[in-house]
Formats: sequence, structure tokens, C-alpha cells
Amino acid sequence: MKTGLGVSDTLQEADNKEHIRTRIDKTLLADNQANVQNSAAQIRMTAKDVNVHYADNHAIKDVSLSIYANEVLSIIGPSGCGKSTFLRCLNRINDIIDDCKIRGEIKLDGKDIYSADMDVVELRARVGMVFQKPNPFPKSVYDNVAYGPRLHSMVSNREETDEVVYSCLRQVGLLAEVEKRIHKSGTELSGGQQQRLCIARALAVKPDVILMDEPCSALDPIATAKIEDLIDELRTQYSIVIVTHSMQQAARVSQRTAYFNLGDLVEMGDTGQIFTNPQHQLTEDYITGRFG
Amino acid sequence: MPQTPVSFWDTPKFKRGLAKRRAAEWRFKLYGLIAMLIGLASVALLFVSITLNGVGAFWQTQIKLDIFFDPAEFSEENLQAANYGKLVKNTLYSHFPEVTKRKEKRQLSRIVSVGADIMVQKMVMAEPSLIGTTKSIWLPVDDVFDMLHKIDFGRDSSKGGSGLVSENQLKWFDSLVANGLIDSRFNRTYFTAGDSREPELAGLLGALMGSFYTILVTLLISFPVGAAAACYLEEFAPRNRFTDFIEININNLAAVPSVVFGLLGLAVFINFFGLPRSVPLVGGLVLSLMTLPTIIIAGRAALHAVPPSIREGALALGASKTQTVIQEVVPLAMPGMLTGTIIGIARALGETAPLLMIGMVAFIVDIPSGPLDPSTALPVQIFLWVDSPERAFVEKTSGAILILLAFLITMNIVAVWLRQKFERRW
Amino acid sequence: MNAWILIVVVLALSSLLYYVAKRRSLTIARSVGGIHRLHSAPRYYGIVAALLFAVPALVVLGLWISIDEGIIFRLVLAEYFPELDRESQVDIDWLTSQILIFAQTGRLGNVENAELLQLAAARYQHLTSLSQTLRNASVLALGSIAGFVFVLAISEKLRARPIAEGIIRGLMVFSSLIAIFTTVGIVLSVLFEAINFFQIVPVADFLFGLEWSPQIAIREDQVGSSGLFGSIPLFVGTILIAGVAMAVAVPVGLLSAIYLAEYASARIRSFAKPTLEILAGVPTVVYGFFAALVVAPYFADIGARIGLNIAHESALAAGVVMGIMIIPFVSSLTDDVMTAVPQSIREASLACGATHSETVKRVVFPAALPGIIGALLLAVSRAIGETMIVLMAAGLAARLTANPLESVTTVTVQIVTLLVGDQEFDNPKTLAAFALGLTLFVATLLLNVTALYIVRKYSEQYE
Ligand SMILES: Nc1ncnc2c1ncn2[C@@H]1O[C@H](COP(=O)(O)OP(=O)(O)OP(=O)(O)O)[C@@H](O)[C@H]1O
Ligand SMILES: [Mg+2]
Repeated sequence: MKTGLGVSDTLQEADNKEHIRTRIDKTLLADNQANVQNSAAQIRMTAKDVNVHYADNHAIKDVSLSIYANEVLSIIGPSGCGKSTFLRCLNRINDIIDDCKIRGEIKLDGKDIYSADMDVVELRARVGMVFQKPNPFPKSVYDNVAYGPRLHSMVSNREETDEVVYSCLRQVGLLAEVEKRIHKSGTELSGGQQQRLCIARALAVKPDVILMDEPCSALDPIATAKIEDLIDELRTQYSIVIVTHSMQQAARVSQRTAYFNLGDLVEMGDTGQIFTNPQHQLTEDYITGRFG
Repeated sequence: MPQTPVSFWDTPKFKRGLAKRRAAEWRFKLYGLIAMLIGLASVALLFVSITLNGVGAFWQTQIKLDIFFDPAEFSEENLQAANYGKLVKNTLYSHFPEVTKRKEKRQLSRIVSVGADIMVQKMVMAEPSLIGTTKSIWLPVDDVFDMLHKIDFGRDSSKGGSGLVSENQLKWFDSLVANGLIDSRFNRTYFTAGDSREPELAGLLGALMGSFYTILVTLLISFPVGAAAACYLEEFAPRNRFTDFIEININNLAAVPSVVFGLLGLAVFINFFGLPRSVPLVGGLVLSLMTLPTIIIAGRAALHAVPPSIREGALALGASKTQTVIQEVVPLAMPGMLTGTIIGIARALGETAPLLMIGMVAFIVDIPSGPLDPSTALPVQIFLWVDSPERAFVEKTSGAILILLAFLITMNIVAVWLRQKFERRW
Repeated sequence: MNAWILIVVVLALSSLLYYVAKRRSLTIARSVGGIHRLHSAPRYYGIVAALLFAVPALVVLGLWISIDEGIIFRLVLAEYFPELDRESQVDIDWLTSQILIFAQTGRLGNVENAELLQLAAARYQHLTSLSQTLRNASVLALGSIAGFVFVLAISEKLRARPIAEGIIRGLMVFSSLIAIFTTVGIVLSVLFEAINFFQIVPVADFLFGLEWSPQIAIREDQVGSSGLFGSIPLFVGTILIAGVAMAVAVPVGLLSAIYLAEYASARIRSFAKPTLEILAGVPTVVYGFFAALVVAPYFADIGARIGLNIAHESALAAGVVMGIMIIPFVSSLTDDVMTAVPQSIREASLACGATHSETVKRVVFPAALPGIIGALLLAVSRAIGETMIVLMAAGLAARLTANPLESVTTVTVQIVTLLVGDQEFDNPKTLAAFALGLTLFVATLLLNVTALYIVRKYSEQYE
């Protein structure tokens, strides 16, 4: 039997290795809350049967998963498999793409974020995002970070603003580098600095959930370590979803990992278990580097 | 140390702010919508007001007179000298036997256009066999009565134009209307005559021909020169200070006010070269200088869009650079160049100010027969007619604008069509 | 043979020469053993011959036409009216027109010296036909010599293609230089006459004078014959009307551009954008008509109803209509620069929880601001250079006022009114137009160059 997933070769292998699944079985992806380290964890966001189409490109197929409070969930998968797309559904930033159609149900704290009475402004304030490509505003570094707090009147005077801006810049390890140029344009920073600036900008809004799309792709190992520490620290207050191409990073920072392939959520589970004992042929191929 | 954060997003402060921000959002969008609607309404208002004012120009109120060409009035050798005015007037008087006083008769005769006798004269001279017969002829009424018939202008004070028509004239005219002698007919004069002080005798042909010659000169100069300049600048010119300077120059020229071009035409073509004033040749020269930047810029864009592979292919076959450009690249860029040219020419066709300054603003009755005959142009004719006090000229002006706009719209449609038909995606 | 026939003859002869030269090259090719022995393809010999015939012939013809009538008249007048004052352009114009009319129609106006005029007209006709004969002969001779010498010189070694390409490239370079000639022509013509003007009227009087009344007395001895040339009222009028125009065009243009770029659905956009752009294609004389006959009476009417005294030729009406004309400039340029702002920073703003309008106001608009300023500068340049609307709707009274309900006049209006009708190039009234033209040219040049610089610099930013 051939599926459209390009897994026909592996079907034979499946006969030998019984424990490895080769077909995607949604029912087996039910949340294993038991595997979450923090057993007191409560559910922050849930996605149920989410489908995304860009015109006639079916980018996300029937994905269901949950995001817990105070956890880091990493999403891995080959390029083009829909990681960014899925992330962008979680704060409805995909709404502004005209030919992007989303079906299914996504809830934040039990409330359907695609329902009519959900305020997208509030949603996006609660679910912050760091984009794959750094996109600082053509404003000063300071104004970039102060953008969100000012918008929501979270700060009312200069001192409060200063405090938020400086602490956020410090958190992402950028303060020392840019202190002198804090009033120069954010677009003049280096790529890695811009990426951290964007993280700081997202932190400044103090969201409940932070979505990070490859936040370390342009960073050196030291800055990466710094961000990873930060993520770990942020976990105490927030839920974090991180897309990454680095398996090591996923292993280091996340409690749970989801593996996407061609728009399907193939496997999801405890990070340790995914990397040591993947349940699915595709996952195994990917993490052992046999993919493609 | 997991806190129990009361999220800022749940505070009433945020919720209140959010409501305000939502309202601001809504208002902002509304302002944008209103602005767009104002823009669209201006377009609609402009076109509707001109159309409503202008369609009347194509119709003319005429009076039917059964004229008896009394042989006694004509002498064999000189048909031209006969008193045609008398023929027309007597026929009109015959409808009102009760009018006998000279003063009243004069008033009555004013109903018919002063140009009527010339029309009758032309008719007889073309067909002398009419003499001795009776023929019913439609002749234009005076513009005052044209307006009276079309829009009741001058009928009473509420309609405006009070005092233009006397009470007697009103009575006579109404009785002519009642007898079916007055009718609105297609205005041939409008398309076959030159300018005139009398609205009912004024036509556009002179201005149309003037515009035709002017635009012909513009096209003949600006297209080849513009295309050649675009080719040179895009394909051959080295990139250096000098060509940069040329480029800045061209971009700036595209935004120089048209009166300044008028000054140039006056000082250089008329004063320095001694070319005659008021002629389409000079108008065309000035307008081609104005149009050149548009054509060059569009031409360069069209050439730029031709992919390098075409040039490389031809060069690889051993063609010279010039050969390649002229035989391979220019034909591909031609639709784009033509589009730019049509748009530039359309703009030149509506241009008025520089033509005023080189004297194409005179009152010219004759139809020009070449680019060296004094003439006006269509937009200048519009300008001249707007200045005329007669109410009927408003209609004539709007009609001329409709014709001008029809030309412009046609040209733009052709340009768009050209672009779509030949647009290539490489 | 008149000029048009001559042009046709020149073109016909040059195409004939094309065939002759091509034939000859083929004959030569046969005698030396085939076409490949020729340096260039046969058609290049034809092209060079044709160009060598047509280009000099047409250049000579053009020069001849542009100067012969002036010279002929000068000769005729010098011969028959030697006492005529060289300076009095009006008399000269009148006489030449009388001579022309008589020569062409045989009719005489009621003139005193009819006999002299008839003689002069006869002389004029004689000289004209002589000039035409000479012209035709020299044009054809010059073309023929160049063309036929080339045909005779054809040999298999003659490098026809480089010569043809050289000529073509020369023509191209010449064409590109016309843009520079135009600018130089503008600068020189405006500058020279302006300098002449400033010799009569001091620069300071012109630039800072508060009164403008250039009406020169008909007779020299009349009082106030020099006129007053203080241009401040004109500048104020220009700025006032341009200000009203911008006050209409900037909000409407900007907001509708924002609506179209950010909010409108694709369907509305595809209808509204081209519809607004129609406004840019409408000739200014049409706006002038609209202002003078529709908007101005309407405003005056409203004014009368609410007790405001709005002049029939008010700055307000002209300015509002000019603003309508400028809307598409502002809106389409703004639309361009706003859509050039990358989507990614819009997303960044939205992801911080900004509303759409906050994103536009705080991020997109500031990012596009340099481009928008460039667009607005171009629009201002357009507004102060606009002529027909103000000429038809704003009036001629040079009033020093900032009240848009009154009638004012502008620089462009004065340029046109000073120059329409007869001009003499030694009269301050005529020269004043050139001085005004100089200020207008300089002002728009500064605006344009700044705007082009800003727009260019800005467009590099997101590349
Ligand atoms: N704006 C868009 N319009 C149309 N198609 C899109 C758009 N964005 C993404 N896609 C398509 O959706 C699919 C998933 O893209 P997505 O960006 O989610 O991949 P990804 O997993 O993030 O890849 P990468 O690791 O390279 O970032 C791809 O096939 C892509 O071509
Ligand atoms: Mg991605």
C-alpha cells in the first residue's frame, strides 16, 4: 500500500521492525501528559485538527497538539514541512496573508482564538512571536524594544520605559554591545544582534506564550548559549514554542519535541524519548541524519 | 519559583485601553474610506458635470424656413451679391404678419443666427437651380434662443440670463415652437467650422486640425529622438558622471513646469530662430521637447526589461553591438516604447500653457491646412471659449472637452491594450 | 516645390540611393568572387549611402526653413522702409503681416503707403521664390554629392558596417544630448532675458517689492510708464493657492493611499486605483474649466448664503481644484512607497499586539516617510508650476493677501498674461515674464532635485 508520504520504501522495513510505525496514526499522538516533567502542568494552548492551505498548497494537515504552561516545546522537521506555518497560526499572524486558509480549532486558555469574540490584538499580545528572519523596525534600538510596552500603555513614563528596555536588552545579552548605540537605528545592527533585538522586543510585551522561529539561526555559540539559558529561565513564567533545525538545541532546551514532515505531525513526545527512542521511521531517519 | 502572575492582559486597564484602540482603528479606517470616496467623487463630479454641460453642444436649435428664392433678387453674373439676409428675414416675417414696426421687425429678425444668410448664399451658389423655387431650409437660431430652447436660459429671472430675451421675442419664439418650426438637430457646424464669435456658428474643426498638425510634429520629432536617446543611454552609454548628469537632467525636465517650456519656445524658436508665431510647427517643437523625457524614461524601462540572454545570444552569433541592439533588442522593446510614446503624446495633446505663449491663442476662423498656418489647438480653443461671456459657449466648451477626453481615453486604452498584448514575462 | 514635397523627394532619393549602393556592392562582390569577399553585408553599403544623402540634406533644409523668412523680411524692409525704427517690433510685425497678406491674397488693408507695400510684397515674393530655388538646389546638391561620392567609392574593402554604425551611434548620441540642449536652452533663454530685465528693474525691487502692476503706458510720456515689478504679491499668491491645493491633496491623497494599500480588498483596489489615476490624465485646461465654471460659482454661492464674501475668482476655488488634480500624484507615489515597506516589519508590529492602524501609523508610515516627503515635494513643485487652473480661475489682481477667499494671482499666470499678445523683447513687461520664469525654474528645480534625490536614496534602502 502506497501512501502519499514517500514512505513506501520504509514499508518493507516495517515488517522487520515491528515497534517502528511508518504510517502516521493520529490517534497515537494523543497527549501524554504523564511524560511532561512538571506534572502540575496545565494546558495553555491546544490545537485540534488544524489544516492550513496556501491557495492549493496543503501546508498543514490535521495537526493536533497541546502546549503546557511552563514548558518548552520544540518543533523540528525538514525545511518546508510547515513549522513556521503552524507557529504563525498560533497567534493568527497568518490572517494577513490573503490566500492562507486555516481550518480546525486552536484554543488559548480554553478560548477559541479563531472565534469571533476573540480580540486578535489581545491574542497577539498574549502570544508573542520572534520571526525566522530578523525584522527590526527602522527605528532606534530603544524604540524597537519600547514599541510593545508603549503600545499597550504598560509603561507610563520614561523611567519605566528605560527599565523595561534595559532589562530586556540585558536578558538577551545585547545591552553591553548596543548600550552606546541604543538610539541608533536597529536596522544597522549585525544579523545576530538584530535577531536578539527581536527577541528582546518580544519579551518586552511580557506575553503568556512565546513563539520563536529559529531564534538562534544567526548566532554564534556563545550568544546561542546565552539565549538557551534565557529560554530555560523564561520557562518559569511562560510557555515557549521554539522551531529549530538544531537537534542538539532541541534536546538541550525543550521538554517535549514535535516532529513535522510535509505538513504532518509525525511524532510528538518527551524530548528524551524522541531522540533516544523514536517511535516512527521518519523521525528516526531525520534525527539520525538519514533523511532525504 | 513559579509565580502566580496576574497577567497584565487581564487587567481592566488593558481592556479599557483596548476598547479605545479598537475605536481608533475603526476611525482611522473610516478616514481612509472617506478620503478614497472623496477622490472617487471628484472624478465622478468632474465627468458628470462636463458631460451634462457638454452633450448639448452636439445638438443645435434650428428654425425651419420655407424660403422662396425670388429670381428678382438675383442678378445673373453675380450670385454672391444677392441680399440673402433679406430672403431669410422676409420668410421669417411672413410668419408674423402682425409685426410691422421696424424696431419690432429688427427684434424678430434676431431670432435667426446672423450666419444664416451666408449659409443660404453657399447653398445657392452650389446649386443655382434653386432660384425661382421654394425650399424649406433648417437654419440655426441665435445662440440666445438656442439656450432659451435648451435650458430655458433667459426665460425668467429664476433661470438666469434675465434681460437677454425681450417679452416679444419670447412670445414669437414660443409660437414658432408651437408651430413645430423649431427643432433640435444635429450640430454639423460644430464639426465643420472654425472658431466664431457667434456660438451657433463656432466649430471645432480649426482647433482639431491645429491639434492634429501640432501632435503630428510632436510625434515625428519626439518618437525617433526619444527612442534613439533611450537606446543610447540604456545600451551604449558608459556609466559615468556625464551620463549620470544626462539622466538627472531628463528626470528633472519631466517635472519642469510647462510655462517654462513656453518661455523656451518663445525665446529660442520665435525670437532667436525667427520661426513664425501661432503655428503648429513651433507648438509641435515645444511639445516634443516636453514629451521627450517621458518617452526616454519609458523607452529605457522597456529596453531594460529585455533580458540580457537575448543580447548575449545575438552577440555570441557574431553580431556587432549595434546590430544586436537594433535587430534583436529594440523590436522586443518596441511595444513598451510605443506605450510610453502614446502616453506622452496624450499628455501633449492636452497641454495648453506653452501653446498660449507661442501665440497659438489667436482668434482664427480659417481651418489651417498645414503646420505653418496660424492656428489654435483643441485645449487652447477650450481656454478661449471659457473666456467668452455667452452662455452658449459653456456648452460648446464642455462639448470640446468631451471630444478632447474621448481622444485621451482612446489613446490610453490603446496604450494599455498594447502593453497587455505584447507584455512578455521572461 | 515646397518644403514638404522636397522632404518627400529627399526621402525617395535616399531610398533610391540605398538600392543603387546595394546593387553596386553586389556587382563588385561578383567581380571579386562572392559576397563573402565584401567587408560588410551589401545592405550596409545601401544604408550608408542613404544616410549620407538624407542626413545632410535634411539638416540643411531644417536650418534654411528656420531662418530664411526672417532674412527675407529684413532685406525687404531695409530696402523699402529704411526709415523704419529697428526697435519698434510692433511696426515691424504689422508691416510684415501686411506684406504677407498682400502677397498671399492680393488684398490690401487700409494702409497709407499702399504702393510701397505692393512693391515690397512683390519683392518679398521674388525673394521667397529665389530662396526656395536656392534651397532646393543646395539641399539636393549636398545630399547627392555625399551620397554619390560614397557610391563611387564602394569597393570590397570599404568598411561600410562600421561607418553605418558610426553614423547611427552619432545620431543616438545627438538625440541624448537634446535633453541637455533643452535644459541649457531653458537656462540661457530665461537667464539672458532676466538679466536684461534686471538692468531696467533692480533685483531687489523685483524680489522684495510689494506692488505688482506691470501695465505699461501706451505712450512713453504717460505717467507711471515704467510699471511696478515687485513680485512679493505673486509669490504670496502662488504659495497661497499651492497651500490650499496641498491642504486638499495631502490628506485626501495620503489617506486614500493608506486605505488602498492597507485596507481595501483586491477588488476595490483594482477599481479605485485606476479610477483615481484618471485624475492625473485629465488636461489642466479641463480642470480650469471645472474650477471657473463649476466650483467657483458654487463656492461664491455658498459664501453668499452663509454671509461670507467669496470672490468669484477666489484662491480657494482654484486651490481646491488644483488639489483634486494633485491627489493622484500624492496617492500613487505614496501607495508605491508604502507597498515597498517590507511585509516582515508589518508582521513584527502586529505580533507585538499592535492594531492595523497602529502598525500603519507607527511603523509603515514612518518607514515610508522619506519617500512620501519626496512625493509631496514633487506635488508642491507641480502645484506652483501649474498654470491653466489659476489662469482660468484665480484672476489677475496682484493682491497681497493671505485670505483664500479673495482673488490672487500667481507667478505662472503673470508669465502667461505678460506674454500673450504682442511682445517686444526690449520692454520690461515682456522681460519681467522671463525674470518670473527664472524664479519659477529655480524653485521647481530645487524641489525636483531634492525630491528625486530623496526618492532615489529611499528606494535603495529596501533593495
Ligand atoms: N506566504 C506563503 N504563501 C504561500 N505558500 C507559503 C507561504 N509561506 C509558506 N508557504 C508554503 O508552505 C509550506 C510550509 O512552509 P513553512 O514556511 O511553514 O516551512 P518551514 O517548515 O518553516 O521551513 P523552514 O525550515 O525552511 O523555515 C511550504 O511549502 C511553503 O512553500
Ligand atoms: Mg520556517
